[in-house]
Amino acid sequence: MSAPLVVFDKVEKKFDDFTAVKELDFEIREGEFIAIMGPSGCGKTTTLRMLAGLEAPTSGEIRLNGQVMNDVLPHERDTPLVWQSLALFPFLTAQRNVEFGLKMRGVGKAERAERARKWLDKMGILQFADRDISTLSGGQKQRVALARSLVMEPQVLLLDEPLSALDAHLVIRMQAVLTDLQRELGITFVYVTHSQSEAFAMADRVVIMTEGEIAQIGAPKDIYRAPANQFVAEFVGRNNILSGAVEAISDDTAKITTPSGDFAVPMNEVKLAEGQRASFVISADLVHLALDKPASENAAQCKLISEEFIGSMVTLFLEDAKGHEFKVQMQERELSTFDLKSGDDVWLSWDTQSAHVLSEE
Amino acid sequence: MNSSRALNYVLAAYVVLIFAFVFAPIIFSLIFSFNSQRFPTIPLGEFSTEWYEKILADPDVWEAALNSLIVSSSTAVIATFLGFCTAYSDFRYNFRLKGPYLGLILLPPTIPLIIMALAMLAWFSKIGMSGQIYSIIIAHSVLTAPFAMAVIRLRLNQMDPDLEAAAWNLGGSEWKTMRHVIIPFCKPAIASGLFLTAAVSFDEFAVSWFVSGLNKTLPVIIMEIVQGNIDPQVNAIGTFVFLISMTLVVLAQVFFASRQLKSIRP
Repeated sequence: MSAPLVVFDKVEKKFDDFTAVKELDFEIREGEFIAIMGPSGCGKTTTLRMLAGLEAPTSGEIRLNGQVMNDVLPHERDTPLVWQSLALFPFLTAQRNVEFGLKMRGVGKAERAERARKWLDKMGILQFADRDISTLSGGQKQRVALARSLVMEPQVLLLDEPLSALDAHLVIRMQAVLTDLQRELGITFVYVTHSQSEAFAMADRVVIMTEGEIAQIGAPKDIYRAPANQFVAEFVGRNNILSGAVEAISDDTAKITTPSGDFAVPMNEVKLAEGQRASFVISADLVHLALDKPASENAAQCKLISEEFIGSMVTLFLEDAKGHEFKVQMQERELSTFDLKSGDDVWLSWDTQSAHVLSEE
Repeated sequence: MNSSRALNYVLAAYVVLIFAFVFAPIIFSLIFSFNSQRFPTIPLGEFSTEWYEKILADPDVWEAALNSLIVSSSTAVIATFLGFCTAYSDFRYNFRLKGPYLGLILLPPTIPLIIMALAMLAWFSKIGMSGQIYSIIIAHSVLTAPFAMAVIRLRLNQMDPDLEAAAWNLGGSEWKTMRHVIIPFCKPAIASGLFLTAAVSFDEFAVSWFVSGLNKTLPVIIMEIVQGNIDPQVNAIGTFVFLISMTLVVLAQVFFASRQLKSIRP
């Protein structure tokens, strides 16, 4: 495998007493679409700004192409950023905005215009080249902002919640534009967002951050199926989380006693010892619903609280006798065969192999 | 419906009255400047351009006009430059004692002019810089820089704080960013600041009178003519000074308001 493009080596950032980023350690590979995701205040934007040189790390090293970047000034870096606010220059036309970076780098007038128009064309907004920024729509401005960064032909493009100001239907379209561009150009994208759907839809790998630390790094599918800890399990949602003490161990399963009952979990990923505390999750779409007590060894009786429809999928919210919340996700037409209403008692069950033990308590 | 219409008429009449009150003296001065009689009495005498001819023939008036032009244009450039620097330092940096810093900058216009003038005279005499044309320029720059700063600061406050960092991010050094982003963004406010400070300096009497020595400006000459006797020449010069000041202030407004509106529109 080739050397990593970007390395964060024990990077820490403090603002006075507040530690925004703690001992950040991860690598970004060349040509990768990486998303940094987390709730607001988790340090994701600070991480991005450090890569652009707009914040200096308090300690640790950031390396780009093996070169230590800590003391390189922002304008000496080749790390264009697409801003959440877009930060387009309001006194320039669309084309002059795109030309700006080339002008700063001393590219001649004719070449500047040619390259800017090429990128405006690529983004499908060449007809707006001479328009004032204030006369463009949100989606058009977004494309100008992308063109302005991409015209620099960087190795790595930084994006700070670039779609957060757009309408929902535009977000989906811009996601497709971004993933297509990234594949076509082979540029590394570092994409900061608080939106799970954006991160999971576009990224090759997702870095989930909380309180200045990395909670988990992995492909979207792996994070979804195998969250490392309770924070990630809750953050990605649609997970049932249960905690308890390990009661018995057999060769490849363990029995865990929880307030909601005794359940079996597989032991292929995480080794458990008798008596230790352990948490495990079952993805909401892997839980089966039944009216009568099922034969499965993993079963819980619950009361239906509410349901939520998203398209043809429905999520049921339930509670057991101890007040622990469960979620079940299924097709709407599957649910309609049960004819349920709020307050009805039902049984939930799942295969032992569907449970995933969290590696960190 | 009817009562609100009536109220509108009352309000309109009120505004007209206020304007009449403010501008009546100036209009009278304008009318009497074309009156052949020596004393401002009604009924008026004949239409005459005598007083204009007289002041245009007076080399002292010409010299004062030239002095005023040099002082107000130099003051405008220096004060606007200082105003821009202070406004930018406020926009860009956060530091302890920023409150007192801004307070000090905005202080000069709040000091009574006569006190300011005396203090300037005393200080300039002490350091041997009194009675020169540059003495007036320095004093006026101190006096008017806060106006330029206020206008430019207002403009900078409308700027997306990411704009400057975006320019760095695209390869612009601090100087290039200043030249290609900050100054173009502030252009209307800078133009407005230039005209505003020129207008204030052009009109200013007290400080000019104290520190000017033999380099009299127009307001100083007017004062000298009035002190001697009642002379309708004053009306003629007054009309000129008024027209120039108004033009400068209106230009300042036009530059500032046009961009204001443009940036507010979606």
